[in-house]
Amino acid sequence: MRIEVNGEEREIAASTLAALLAELGYVELPVATAVNLAFVRGADRAATPLREGDKVEIVSPKQGG
Amino acid sequence: MDDALTLQGERLSSRLLLGTARYPSPAILAESIRASGAEIVTVSLRREAGGSKAGESFWSLVRESGAKVLPNTAGCRTAQEAVTTARMAREVFETDWVKLEVVGDEDLLQPDPFGLVEAAKILISDGFRVFPYMTEDLVVAERLLDVGCQVLMPWAAPIGSGRGVNNLFGLRALRARFPNVRLIVDAGLGAPSHAAAVMELGYDAVLLNSAVSRAGDPVAMARAFGLAVEAGRLAHRAKPMTPRDFAEPSTPVLGRPFGE
Repeated sequence: MRIEVNGEEREIAASTLAALLAELGYVELPVATAVNLAFVRGADRAATPLREGDKVEIVSPKQGG
Repeated sequence: MDDALTLQGERLSSRLLLGTARYPSPAILAESIRASGAEIVTVSLRREAGGSKAGESFWSLVRESGAKVLPNTAGCRTAQEAVTTARMAREVFETDWVKLEVVGDEDLLQPDPFGLVEAAKILISDGFRVFPYMTEDLVVAERLLDVGCQVLMPWAAPIGSGRGVNNLFGLRALRARFPNVRLIVDAGLGAPSHAAAVMELGYDAVLLNSAVSRAGDPVAMARAFGLAVEAGRLAHRAKPMTPRDFAEPSTPVLGRPFGE
């Protein structure tokens, strides 16, 4: 299915947010997630299904002012 | 003299808050935090490619500094973006503190007061401690306090401009209007003298980033800002003399030789 991850369209096999993180190599990293502009807690990722056209954000700590 | 600053229940001995962005290297960032004496540093969240360890290593550097983190919502253009970013930050950084930024104008990075108040209201009802980045507008300040903000962070000048205080009257009026609210000048300062000046006005603390990270020697500048903030605070407490237009001799006039 095609979804958008961090602003880029991509074809993915995963059907849940947790599976997507594993597929893209984010396991064990300090990241936070949102789907279609709504925050999804780490604990809820496995139960969060992904649908065609979803917009996923995966962010991690960065320098800031 | 005990002059600790209490921010959201946290006792701090330093009144300087430091940003972590745009330093020449992670080592210089770590050393600058130490040299500044800052006990709170700002951080952000950004998109990162899968497999990258950059975020993880930055986060461990910040944790090793021992400073408390204040995550920002920099770059958010709507209340909804800011609220979601704050919630993501709370999970990653394990803090309910957030420096709330909602950008209203791209050229000046001027805060959008409407989005700011809307986002602050949502976040406070969700348990956040909100540090709103705002202009020096008195009415916006009032609205932010109405929705439950306990700290306000007016700008001195646009982010990264290094101009110093653009509206001295506005900052003085804000301080006078809200004598019991924690007020932190955030953004636009360029030199330690700017920081000392706002502390002399009675501001509770100062938050800055570029003035240190973009300096020729960030570590030395971090220390200079730490000293300036402390000097300004001491000066405020010492109650500066009132300026006057004409001279008044400091040496006693009585007993002057060759006098009348």
